[in-house]
Amino acid sequence: MAAALDLDVVTAAEQTRRGRYRQRVMVCQSISCLAAGAQATRTAIEQATDEEGLGHDVQVVPTGCMGLCSRGPLAQVVPRGGAPTLYGDVTAEAGRQLVASLPRRAPPPPAAVTDRVLDPDMPFFACQRRFVLANAGRIDPERIEDYVAEGGYRAMQTALQSMAPDDVIEAIAASGLRGRGGAGYPTAKKWRLLAAAGGEHKYVVANGDEGDPGAFMDRTVMEDDPHRVLEGIALAAYATGADRAFLYVRAEFARAVERLDAAIRAARRHRLLGRRVLGSDFSLDVSVRIGAGAFVCGEETALMASVEGGRGTPRLRPPYPTEQGLWGAPTVINNVETLANVPGIIGRGPEAFAAIGTSASNGTKVFALAGSLVNTGLIEVPMGITLRQIVEDVGGGIAGGRAFKAAQTGGPSGGCIPAELLDTPMDYERLQALGSIMGSGGLIVMDDSVTMPEVARYFMEFCRDESCGKCVPCRAGTVQLVGLLDRICTGAGTTRDLAQLESLGQTVRETSLCGLGQTAPNPLFSTLEHFRGEYLDLLVDGDTAGGEDG
Amino acid sequence: MARPRAQPDAAVTIDGAPVRVFSGESLLAAANRAGIPIPTLCAVQGLSVWGGCRVCVVEVAGDHTLRPACATTAVDGMEVTTGSDRLVEHRRQIVELLFAEGNHVCAVCVSNGACELQDLAVDLGVDHIRFAYQHPDRGVDLSHPRYGLDHNRCILCSRCVRTCAEIEGANVWAIAARGAGSRLVAELDEPWGESTSCTSCGKCVAVCPTGALFDKGTGVGEMRHDRDVIGFLAAAREQGEWHDREQQP
Repeated sequence: MAAALDLDVVTAAEQTRRGRYRQRVMVCQSISCLAAGAQATRTAIEQATDEEGLGHDVQVVPTGCMGLCSRGPLAQVVPRGGAPTLYGDVTAEAGRQLVASLPRRAPPPPAAVTDRVLDPDMPFFACQRRFVLANAGRIDPERIEDYVAEGGYRAMQTALQSMAPDDVIEAIAASGLRGRGGAGYPTAKKWRLLAAAGGEHKYVVANGDEGDPGAFMDRTVMEDDPHRVLEGIALAAYATGADRAFLYVRAEFARAVERLDAAIRAARRHRLLGRRVLGSDFSLDVSVRIGAGAFVCGEETALMASVEGGRGTPRLRPPYPTEQGLWGAPTVINNVETLANVPGIIGRGPEAFAAIGTSASNGTKVFALAGSLVNTGLIEVPMGITLRQIVEDVGGGIAGGRAFKAAQTGGPSGGCIPAELLDTPMDYERLQALGSIMGSGGLIVMDDSVTMPEVARYFMEFCRDESCGKCVPCRAGTVQLVGLLDRICTGAGTTRDLAQLESLGQTVRETSLCGLGQTAPNPLFSTLEHFRGEYLDLLVDGDTAGGEDG
Repeated sequence: MARPRAQPDAAVTIDGAPVRVFSGESLLAAANRAGIPIPTLCAVQGLSVWGGCRVCVVEVAGDHTLRPACATTAVDGMEVTTGSDRLVEHRRQIVELLFAEGNHVCAVCVSNGACELQDLAVDLGVDHIRFAYQHPDRGVDLSHPRYGLDHNRCILCSRCVRTCAEIEGANVWAIAARGAGSRLVAELDEPWGESTSCTSCGKCVAVCPTGALFDKGTGVGEMRHDRDVIGFLAAAREQGEWHDREQQP
């Protein structure tokens, strides 16, 4: 049996390897930049490096997301011992010019290169705090050595060598980490339940079934830093006494599946997973389970049915998964981002994490910032940041000279936040009080060209299409809600339709079986709460009193 | 769920009345035993809990969410309300949703007068449907020699699925597709009559709350008029002729 990996040796070897190069050129190969042509940029940069004879001097590193997706393809030049420079809109041609400007005695870089430099002090970067995404954009996600060289698997080593499982849970409790999937349940509380449960096997499941429209937080973490997720899973398993783990990833995230699979193989090869991890008594069997891409499979009981090979429909809780989970055994299910926070908390100490954010919501939150903003992309901000800071500073304000109208958080289960509430700090409780939710991190900013009833209709259609069909209010209710919203949006709705919309919405919310149905009317109710006038304006009989059931 | 013991060992209050319950018993079973009606369309004693129809939702004091009575274990001291205005309105809407979702035309249904959906609608005073009828064209499967399946009347309660799997052990039925497109399928979506695992036991027909599963020959459209019999009898009586008569198919 191969000896356990010595993390110090790997780190030293990796640093020597990096030290051989005078410059490292990091080229973002994350989804958003790929869509903007980053594949061609990478090829051009690699070819130019060869042609200029810089192969010994310049290392080209394909990396994950650097954040500012709206300026992609992004590339970053990191000189040995110097400050990095980030470039935006690096087309293949610009990539070639960038490489040509790298040699020591090259003429000063042309305007085509310098014009693309992004100011590291711009609010987009300055307001962020990278904790989960610490490595994204800085390492090659396909090399385990890169992760180890950045301090990877050290938290696991520390835990295995010097912490009892309970100590790990206590550290998580002290950090105040709450579930990043949306509900914000304290992670340590969940882990304690699993740790206390008996049984021959216990399971840890990482929920990577991110399905909100426009959201790609978990996907990015899995693709760009897969070992961080694995380390988080290992720590969760060690803390709770679980011996098996599944990563549930939807099939659409083909690259995440590929990378996680490769990462698991690499970690096993180095005995960072598998039997007797790092020579300790702790063993963990991790594998990826591919979901067929149903939104409802993000709900934990439906997810478990899917992992077991069944139809992805939810079941009633209780019993909760920590009592009866996969194949009847105690199971804990954590969101990918939650788990990706764990190595940082154990590695840097819970205090470092607890120092970020507000009193009730600690740490950072990753958002997929989308919509009518100047800057869009993947951001990680401290909890408690106001929506105004996100929109105006990080997002650079509304693009095209239009005015801000509303921001939708939490996707189809969330709600919208209007301009007058822009100063709301983003934390679990305050978003909930506004009729929205933190959600997994979808954040869509809308300008004044958007009509809110249509936003509600869009999300309601999404929920109708994603309803599993098990319970009546969600299956048949969402169909009727879409129908009523259709009537209103097309100008055929009446006051009676609006009254029925609200009354049926209430029934769907209160009587549906699982979270999908219970939260499906949220976008409807929150747009009604903040933009009721827009609904009333669309009614054909706007002036008459509310009709009674005929 | 634990098997009920011989003696009730806890007490709950349902609609103000004290009800003794067995440990592990559901609120639905306890209420039924006490003669307090809580409607349900998917629960059947002896089958696993499904919790999909949602008409059995009740209020439990101290709980901000409604609980399905079929899937909620009665816990000592629970105070349960089964018939508040809010609950009745939710139930009404759910029943109306079902009527609007499928094609439930009682007048021509085999189950007219013996239908749980119809009974519940009557109990709730549903005299019209406020929602837009979807008029789906879901088809009818008459391939089985003894039974028929009218998908238009199916409310996807899964009683047949559970009965076949848990009582008969044949596992013929399943629910396929999702959302409004969900439908009952035999085997891997084959005509019922071609199912090799169906034992033709008829338990699924017995347990169906509506007219979706029915005995062949009982359908309104299956009524056959045999008018030739009059001519035959008249000829026999008046002319004394007893011609052999071909049986109507």
